[in-house]
Amino acid sequence: MAQEQKQPRKSTGAEETPEEVAETDVAERKEVLDDDVDAILDEIDDVLETNAEDFVRSFIQKGGQ
Amino acid sequence: MGTEVEYGVSVPGDRAANPMVASSHVVNAYALASLKARRARWDFEEESPLRDARGFDMSRAVADSTQLTDEDTGMANVILTNGARLYVDHAHPEFSTPEVTTPLDVVRWDKAGERVMLRASQLCAQSGTQVLLYKNNTDNKGASYGAHENYLMRRSTPFAEIVRHLTPFFVSRQVVCGAGRVGVGQDGRTHAFQVSQRADFFEVEVGLETTLKRPIINTRDEPHADPELYRRLHVIIGDANLAEVSTYLKVGTTALVLAMIEDGFIEPDLGVQAPVQELRQVSHDPTLRHLVTMRDGRRLTGVQLQMEYLDLARKYVEDRLGADADSQTVDVLERWESVLTRLERDPMECATELDWVAKLKLLNQYRDRDGLEWDDPKLHLIDLQYADLRPEKGLYERLVAAGRIVRLLDESSVDAAVHEPPADTRAYFRGRCLEKYASAVSAASWDSVIFDLPGRESLQRVPTIDPLRGTKGHVGDLIDRCDTAEELLDALSR
Repeated sequence: MAQEQKQPRKSTGAEETPEEVAETDVAERKEVLDDDVDAILDEIDDVLETNAEDFVRSFIQKGGQ
Repeated sequence: MGTEVEYGVSVPGDRAANPMVASSHVVNAYALASLKARRARWDFEEESPLRDARGFDMSRAVADSTQLTDEDTGMANVILTNGARLYVDHAHPEFSTPEVTTPLDVVRWDKAGERVMLRASQLCAQSGTQVLLYKNNTDNKGASYGAHENYLMRRSTPFAEIVRHLTPFFVSRQVVCGAGRVGVGQDGRTHAFQVSQRADFFEVEVGLETTLKRPIINTRDEPHADPELYRRLHVIIGDANLAEVSTYLKVGTTALVLAMIEDGFIEPDLGVQAPVQELRQVSHDPTLRHLVTMRDGRRLTGVQLQMEYLDLARKYVEDRLGADADSQTVDVLERWESVLTRLERDPMECATELDWVAKLKLLNQYRDRDGLEWDDPKLHLIDLQYADLRPEKGLYERLVAAGRIVRLLDESSVDAAVHEPPADTRAYFRGRCLEKYASAVSAASWDSVIFDLPGRESLQRVPTIDPLRGTKGHVGDLIDRCDTAEELLDALSR
């Protein structure tokens, strides 16, 4: 019988393991960026919707599952 | 395994917009642009949303109308070439991934769902209706919508064992896979940050409902597979995640715990005294210091409770597979341990991996810089806009672009998953049929593909009741070889 899908499986030698994309880059850049929190905040300031209060108030959903 | 995610919808400048109409616009825009020929209907024949895993059916007369999910309401509902289902559920567009067999594939097709939704919203805008989509779970005004997970389980596993061992796991797993929320209480009336989007919306321990009196363990028993062999565990308690590590660990660790339950491996009683209350208390303390009272009198933090499960899972994999364990299972165990160790030391150490920590870090930076209190609309906006799917507007997307959040997948593999089905489940057969014989497929569902062939009076229903058949290995060559649906059906019936 086929093994059920969520069972840990024996290695077939060809599985895929996730590798974080450019993780070391991220770590290195993180140190630099942490010195300058304002850089990311400035960038996010530029994309935040204007009139936060209105925008948040008008986000009204009907319930779902 | 697979996920089904309902997205939040917003029509800018029109508060009175009908969300069902807006959701239909989104789904139809994608369907019109991407489907080559006639649109295959969803086939409801095998659906039974009122079947309860405890062994009885709910009467349709007493069911809330939102529970009758098998009635074809005429709302937009399409099957895609990647084997996924895109449709309108209640008042939200929903993407259900095709069936996959590994946690990383869940991440891949769940992420492909975000790309499908983004494309749908762009197409919708081109046709004159702007509808913004959010991958979150609440409007902070009392409404919540779901991000469900599904796991195929052996029918022989006693449901009481699932409830017993899974409940404490679900009370605590939010420390890893919460999406973070500004606002406490269903309508967000208390001004504070909490770990999970969904915790405040769960009111009972076990039950069939998904839209009211939501239970920690959902009993819907609708396997979409041979019911003698399988049940489908329908998990409704998770948050919709954007961070790939969050999704990966959410499904990877849950699958491991379920495997242990199936094999009767969990002996210790990790029962929690008051699960619904503790679920909320864990969520309401982002320092992760809250102590959960166990039935045996012990008091553990959410992280420590997760570590109990991690220790069991390590022993289980060692005991059953030893050095033969597949690399993804080993990777899930390692990342789980790494994340828990760092969460215990200082949650902020996980800010490049986990949604709730990334969001909280950003919120704290704003609070520090601008001196904002938790009732400030700007912090609520950051919470909401974190989940905006648009790459130029979504704050999750901006953090990824700035190297502040790590990914597990190459975007090219996500692009492929927008169109292509996984190779190792029946979704392969479904997706390839939709891609190659679109004009001949009149309907499809998880467990069937129905053909309408010229010259034949009746419809031809091909059942796909076994989730692990209809794979590329089984039917790849056959579909490659058959130029028409007629040829395919002739070959299948031979």
